[in-house]
Amino acid sequence: MEIFLLYKLILVIIVFAIALGIAAYSTYAERKIAAFMQDRVGPDRAGPFGLMQPLADGLKMFMKEEIIPAMSNKFLFILGPCLAMLTACMTGVVIPWGGSLTIAGHEFPLQIADINIAILYVFAVVSFGVYGIMIGGWASNNKYSLMGALRASSQMISYELAMGLALVALIMTTGSLSLGDIVKQQSGLWNIFLQPLGFLIFLICAFAELNRAPFDLPECETELVGGYHTEYSSMKLGFYLFAEYINIFISSAFIASLYFGGYNLPFQQHIPLDGNWLTIVQVIFFFGKVFFFIFFFMWIRWTLPRFRYDQLMNLGWKVLLPLAIANILITGLVMMRSELFHFFNQLF
Amino acid sequence: MSFAEKLYLPAITQGMTITLKHFFKKSATIKYPEQKRELAKIYRGQHVLKRDEIGAERCTACGLCAVACPAEAITMDAAERKKGEERLYREEKYAATYEINMLRCIFCGLCEEACPKEAIFLTDRIVPVDTDRKRMVYGKDKLVEPIDDRVDVSQRQSLEMELFKQNKFHYHNQTADDKLINKKNENH
Repeated sequence: MEIFLLYKLILVIIVFAIALGIAAYSTYAERKIAAFMQDRVGPDRAGPFGLMQPLADGLKMFMKEEIIPAMSNKFLFILGPCLAMLTACMTGVVIPWGGSLTIAGHEFPLQIADINIAILYVFAVVSFGVYGIMIGGWASNNKYSLMGALRASSQMISYELAMGLALVALIMTTGSLSLGDIVKQQSGLWNIFLQPLGFLIFLICAFAELNRAPFDLPECETELVGGYHTEYSSMKLGFYLFAEYINIFISSAFIASLYFGGYNLPFQQHIPLDGNWLTIVQVIFFFGKVFFFIFFFMWIRWTLPRFRYDQLMNLGWKVLLPLAIANILITGLVMMRSELFHFFNQLF
Repeated sequence: MSFAEKLYLPAITQGMTITLKHFFKKSATIKYPEQKRELAKIYRGQHVLKRDEIGAERCTACGLCAVACPAEAITMDAAERKKGEERLYREEKYAATYEINMLRCIFCGLCEEACPKEAIFLTDRIVPVDTDRKRMVYGKDKLVEPIDDRVDVSQRQSLEMELFKQNKFHYHNQTADDKLINKKNENH
């Protein structure tokens, strides 16, 4: 029992550290990828290839003057970025990062909590993330911040529906809400081949949930000054931005484990590896998938222009939601095909 | 719009392939302080007021450059050469002040073309930036080439011009020393 607790604690710290590290270097990667896609060089002054840039940015964030508007609600003003950061860090616990390691007869699964309602948990925490933005916008006592926050929250709520329905179809095929189970089931065929439409809807909704381009309406500089974080300065602004990058990492991990087989390798059965070595290869492979999706998020950002607000709402409510419902129906029909066949045979 | 266009996804994938292609392209950036862009041989940069072979200023303050200047960046005041200044100024008249406003100058090179005395040239030097507008008006202190640090403008001169300048038969090409020698010869 003590070993178990100690192990979980260590794993929590490792996952937390990895999430922070990847989020920090995502900012660097984002700038580099943007630069390469625009035929530029990008940050290259701090350290070799500019690799120390995230550290310099972080230092700058801490050193900057902290301003809290005089008429703001100070408690909520500080709570906003804290909530954003907290919810971003909380979702990582249900992701299975690999199989299990066997050390000295003990088996250690590389997943912090394999709860049987993992997907529900994730949705609960993610919807809490809206509060971080909403409270931040409200507490600023600035109408542009409030409007930015309103936009952000209405956008996130709209897209969460389609996202949930896309996942319903997935859960129908997997028959489980546990992420561990869902990943284990994909050792042969990945879910992307079973649910291509569901994946597409989920991906688009993930972009909208993350407030990332082309759905980065809460941050439209030209219309709302800076959106919900207009009044924020120094590390409180840093927390908002940092939370966004942690969210990118976590949702990349989710997309990888829900639709792209998680830590499973393709043709895993034919690979002459077993035990701990297989687990290590799996973890590396999983992170490869995650990094690809982080790249994908940035790739899209520097390709597509921002949506207009009515276009965003039209896409969410009139396109994605009906598509998600249709996807559920199609999935149901395909799953029930033998029963249906039987039923119609008897009818005629 | 056709159905395929309404889906937007083909257009999105098309756009993504374009950005991905650029991802692997070489960047066009020149990292300035370490790397310098290679300029053309006849690049039109900061002006220089040339001296002749013995170090006298070639400019006679005729004002043709100021007239030719489309940006009206050049101003000058003429003065008469005193006795004993023959080695300082080439002709009887010279420019007491000569100013080019580098904020107005468009580096077109018309002053250089207008100059009958081969006095003003554009060089391959880049005008450094400044935060003060007053300091961007360059006077003779910055424009006249130092005697011990001549500016090479041979790239901007045609071969005919080079040959013409060496021909001492023309009064225009004679230095103060040449004229002194000629005078002595005449007296004899």
